[in-house]
Amino acid sequence: MGNRPPIVVIRNLCKSYFRGNQVIQVLNDISLDIDDGEFLALMGPSGSGKTTLLNLIAGIDKVDSGIIQVGGVDITSLSETELAQWRAMNVGFIFQFYNLIPVLTAFENVELPLLLTGLSKKERRTHVETALSVVNLSDRMDHYPGQLSGGQQQRVAIARAIVTDPTILVADEPTGDLDRVSANDVLELMERLVHELGKTIIMVTHDPRAAKMAHVIKHLDKGVLNAHPQTDF
Amino acid sequence: MHILKLIFKNAFRHKLRTFLTILGVAIAILAFGLLRTVISTWYLGVEASSASRLVTRNAISLVFPLPLSYKEKIRQVEGVKEVSYGSWFGGIYIDEKHFFANYAVEPETYLKIYPEIIIPPDQKSVFFRDRKSAVAGRKLAERYGWKIGDIITLKGTIYSGNWDFVLRGIYRGRDENVDETAFVFHWEYLNESLKKTSPLRADQVGWYMIEVTNPNIAAEAAVKIDRMFKNSLAETLTETEKAFTLGFISMTEAIVIAIQLVSFLIIFIIMAVVANTMSMTARERIGEYAIFKTLGFGGFHITGLIFGESLVITMVGAALGIFLTFPAAKIFGKELSTYFPVFIVEPETIYMDIGAALVVACVAALFPAWRAVNIRIADGLRRIG
Repeated sequence: MGNRPPIVVIRNLCKSYFRGNQVIQVLNDISLDIDDGEFLALMGPSGSGKTTLLNLIAGIDKVDSGIIQVGGVDITSLSETELAQWRAMNVGFIFQFYNLIPVLTAFENVELPLLLTGLSKKERRTHVETALSVVNLSDRMDHYPGQLSGGQQQRVAIARAIVTDPTILVADEPTGDLDRVSANDVLELMERLVHELGKTIIMVTHDPRAAKMAHVIKHLDKGVLNAHPQTDF
Repeated sequence: MHILKLIFKNAFRHKLRTFLTILGVAIAILAFGLLRTVISTWYLGVEASSASRLVTRNAISLVFPLPLSYKEKIRQVEGVKEVSYGSWFGGIYIDEKHFFANYAVEPETYLKIYPEIIIPPDQKSVFFRDRKSAVAGRKLAERYGWKIGDIITLKGTIYSGNWDFVLRGIYRGRDENVDETAFVFHWEYLNESLKKTSPLRADQVGWYMIEVTNPNIAAEAAVKIDRMFKNSLAETLTETEKAFTLGFISMTEAIVIAIQLVSFLIIFIIMAVVANTMSMTARERIGEYAIFKTLGFGGFHITGLIFGESLVITMVGAALGIFLTFPAAKIFGKELSTYFPVFIVEPETIYMDIGAALVVACVAALFPAWRAVNIRIADGLRRIG
């Protein structure tokens, strides 16, 4: 990764939730650097705070204390509106259940994030076609999510995540709802995104096979982070 | 463009629920439109009244007559252009169920003052010549299949006996709001008969109709007329035709208010129905709204999606309701022509329909939109799967 500064810098991050009157400490003094072009897997038991950490890095939740810098921007200081704009430009999301809009075609789903940009219709079409070709779904662009398999839907979701060329991609259990073959396809695709397109991916997973694809594996347990570097990278 | 497509697609995702909501809105708008038409019909006489026409009646009550001799005195008042007079006859045709307005007038002056009543010239000249003749409105003649030359017999209630009239003319209204269900005949015919049967009631009229040269002097002329008959045996009350008509309407004000309340109650009920639909819709799609927010769409977009969907459902229902209002009003008007001689859906009623539908759509979308905008993304995403 050379001497380039980390793309994500997290310092002394704390996050807690209220359950009734009880305060649940979810993340406790987390500090972490993620390099540009890195594929990081976050693992840990249920309730360890993996998804919460991912949500905080992606700017869809607010920290109690600490700093998160993504691409040099301290996202903890941004307002809700600024954060929404920042997410649109800098973060691509891949969810466990794909989260495609069922009444829109694959093309329209991928085009959604581009509606927030100033691109013309023609430019949007070019971007969408490129993204769909990256995930090998150019021939399915007019299909609705209900007409696609789980693996294909996840690939559409990946196309939607990369179409704006974001700074980071966050993936929450991207293979959790897929069969083995489809899961392998999706993981290979994510690896291609890192190797060929230089994308930075932060992935939450329970699946050790999925984690194996990552450059770095971090373990969260009871809100505390433990490093576990990937040996075969 | 996709947002619009999404709004339309979302609106019809739950087809049965959307269909039932649209049907509910359509029926509510139809009922609202008909009730508003009933109210506007109630005031139609007021709208049809002319600013340059006055009505003079007995100051005690319309029931009490005025001497015929007042006519020439009224004519002398400065600014008075024409004077006519009439008496309510209240005759019954066949039986009480077949009600229509019937009154005796002085034909030539009456038709001068009311140029909106159009009678073909040949029929008019025969009507003027024949004292036993009468003219009927087009709708009334159609209702009973009357033709020129038919003998119409009315049973007197105020003036006893059976009264035969020869139908010499059928009038139509110059404007849409002219009552075409009235029956008018010669006051002279009534008076001649009274001279023979009850002479004390002869030479008396129910009211005077006065045309002034200029609407601006109407109030002044009214004061002059009433002052002229001050301290006489029959003091007068002169008012504009509009005020005279409003006086009648005020007697039935409670009914009008009740109809108005019911019309707004209907809108309130349908507002609750649409709000319920939109709440269910927003609750089901809270995960999708969270996805939109995750992708960077702001509260403005989420609000637009929910308000848009509410507008699509409500406005489709409203369009259907408005479309059905016209044939329904035609049937309604035909069936109840006895009570509503003119039953026209006014443009204002349609504007009110549209306005009510817009209010329903916006109010129904308020709470779901507020909820969707304010839900935390993480909580919204947790609802998926």
